[in-house]
Amino acid sequence: MTNPLPAKIAVAAPAHVRRPRVAVYKFASCDGCQLQFLAAIGKHPELLSKVDFVHFLEASRAVEPGPYDIGFVEGSVTTAHDAERIREIRRECRTLVTIGACATSGGIQALRNWGKIDEFVAAVYASPAFISTLATSTAIAEHVPVDFELRGCPIDTGQLVEILTALIVGRKPRVPSTSVCAECKAEGVVCVAVARGVPCLGPVTQAGCRAICPAHGRGCFGCFGPSDTPNLVSLNLHYEAAGVPRDELLRLVHGINAWAPPFRAEADRLAAAPHVKVAAP
Amino acid sequence: MILGPEALQRLIEVLALEYRVIGPTVADGAVVLRDLASADDLPTGWIDEQDGGHYRLQRDESAGPFDHVVGPHSLKNFLFPPREPIARFERVEGVWEECAPAAPERPLAVIGMRGCDLAALAIQDRVFLRGDSGEGEAIDPAYQRRRNGLFLVAVDCRRAAATCFCHSTGSGPAACSASAGRQADLALVDLGPGPADGVAPCAGPRRYECRIGSERGAAVIDAIAADLPLRPSPPEDVAAAERVPVDLERAMWARERSDGGPGRSLDMENIRDLLYSNLEHPRWLEVADRCLSCTNCTLVCPTCFCASVTEVADLSGDAVTRERHWASCFSLDHARMHGTSVRHTTASRYRQWLTHKLGGWIDQFGTSGCTGCGRCITWCPVGIDLTAEVAAIRETPAPSTGPTP
Repeated sequence: MTNPLPAKIAVAAPAHVRRPRVAVYKFASCDGCQLQFLAAIGKHPELLSKVDFVHFLEASRAVEPGPYDIGFVEGSVTTAHDAERIREIRRECRTLVTIGACATSGGIQALRNWGKIDEFVAAVYASPAFISTLATSTAIAEHVPVDFELRGCPIDTGQLVEILTALIVGRKPRVPSTSVCAECKAEGVVCVAVARGVPCLGPVTQAGCRAICPAHGRGCFGCFGPSDTPNLVSLNLHYEAAGVPRDELLRLVHGINAWAPPFRAEADRLAAAPHVKVAAP
Repeated sequence: MILGPEALQRLIEVLALEYRVIGPTVADGAVVLRDLASADDLPTGWIDEQDGGHYRLQRDESAGPFDHVVGPHSLKNFLFPPREPIARFERVEGVWEECAPAAPERPLAVIGMRGCDLAALAIQDRVFLRGDSGEGEAIDPAYQRRRNGLFLVAVDCRRAAATCFCHSTGSGPAACSASAGRQADLALVDLGPGPADGVAPCAGPRRYECRIGSERGAAVIDAIAADLPLRPSPPEDVAAAERVPVDLERAMWARERSDGGPGRSLDMENIRDLLYSNLEHPRWLEVADRCLSCTNCTLVCPTCFCASVTEVADLSGDAVTRERHWASCFSLDHARMHGTSVRHTTASRYRQWLTHKLGGWIDQFGTSGCTGCGRCITWCPVGIDLTAEVAAIRETPAPSTGPTP
């Protein structure tokens, strides 16, 4: 293979490019994804010379007014106020990126979507009358158009730097849409499902975490949400035939990304279908 | 030549002087290929139980260091690694310069390769070292560099897993076969514990019949012999070693499934035309109901060679690495062109894989891409078995009708 490029290529130095003004917002969430910004800056301090974080309350009280070039949104919509605020944010951000399982699917708190909100409120709060909340926790994209989603619970700092790098130079971010299995195989991690019988959502979950759970002997719990063409029914039929109780499979799907449509449909199938012992395919 | 346990240890030490020594070892519940420091790292006393979507190590005190079959790794992991920088450019004062390539790695010596491993290597050579095929030369320099330095120690299998079907694809169980182009620098056959002088018949140290396959192999044996007296194999040991793959092959043909049906095999008869004439077979839709499109089969396959190349820039914008990484025809992105994927359905992806592996390869490389190693069956999380898929199509061949998956 010969390299078609000459060894030296002269390119005019780029004209001075204005640093993108970045806002980071929080909705219903644990702040973990915002902390990944701080971790990414710790690993790559040069980030601060590439972008201006002008609205990032997790890091600084100083806030500059919009509009912003890039808005990152953490968290899900759980109140009427949230639903209104996300529309304003959409208006003031040229590019809107949702970050983390809460913002991209509704998060663990979307388990409320299967229950009765009044009962939860009554069980948790001394004065339920003071609580103003929606019955559901939903992804940002269910409310406004989103330009890009970064998955994960929390997001991966490598992917965060990748999307910032891409947005700075104006190219498409490169984020894999294959399953976590591709990362296990690339990292040489032995499959925990095949070799140890651990129920693992890796085959139906989007890559991006560098297979961190299987690398530590655990099954994937799907925190990066569904892969490009997930087949949860086949996977769970196989696990069930291998003796994994349906309750356990339901708990696995009813997790961080429970409200992501493929996971949601599988949770409903598992909850509704009678438990039938099927032969291994 | 008969090698004892000390000679096996010495073999690793001698190889380590010149090579990075890789071999089977137990890690994370499987026999994987990793760097070996000593013969103690070999998986002595372990055998593997394998079936569709199922792999378990089992303790067997009588098992030698090579009585496992094949694990999830193969030579591919080393000769065609999952991720590899192929070029790097840096911008210095506005001028892009290609950086000097990294210093060459230590050559590899890989111990314990089986018939299917050597068959896979021969196939990979056709892919990455394609000479004058009429379509011009296609040589992958990184593969070629590693391949030229590669020292191979082959071992004949003494047992087969239920997922093995090399006997039906012509790629085993004998490790080396001159006629099939399977060659190694050294080839070992485990003859089991030897007779201890005057004591019980099988209480002595394990013995290996060793055949030399190259000058490099001979030089390594000479280096071992400089410290340890090695004796030539007596005729009965040579005969016993030759019987090992013959007996195993006979046993593989005689295998039965638990339900009494015939054991796993793949009927290669006219396989390309069979698949090409069944592109609309309903079985593709049926297997797609089970297939996870998770890419495992292609990534554990010792011959699948798809890769993607990306330019990875750092934050400064002044350095970029061109990186090659494994890709799979089971991902949506693999067939994405001008904005959309041309293989939306899992059925179309599974069909692409199988018709290429068993059909298109014959057109492209003059050989099927399957070595009968069974990795794609074992490491499929739901145990899809290509031999069963082919058999189902062979059983009820359907003329091309209906929509394309």
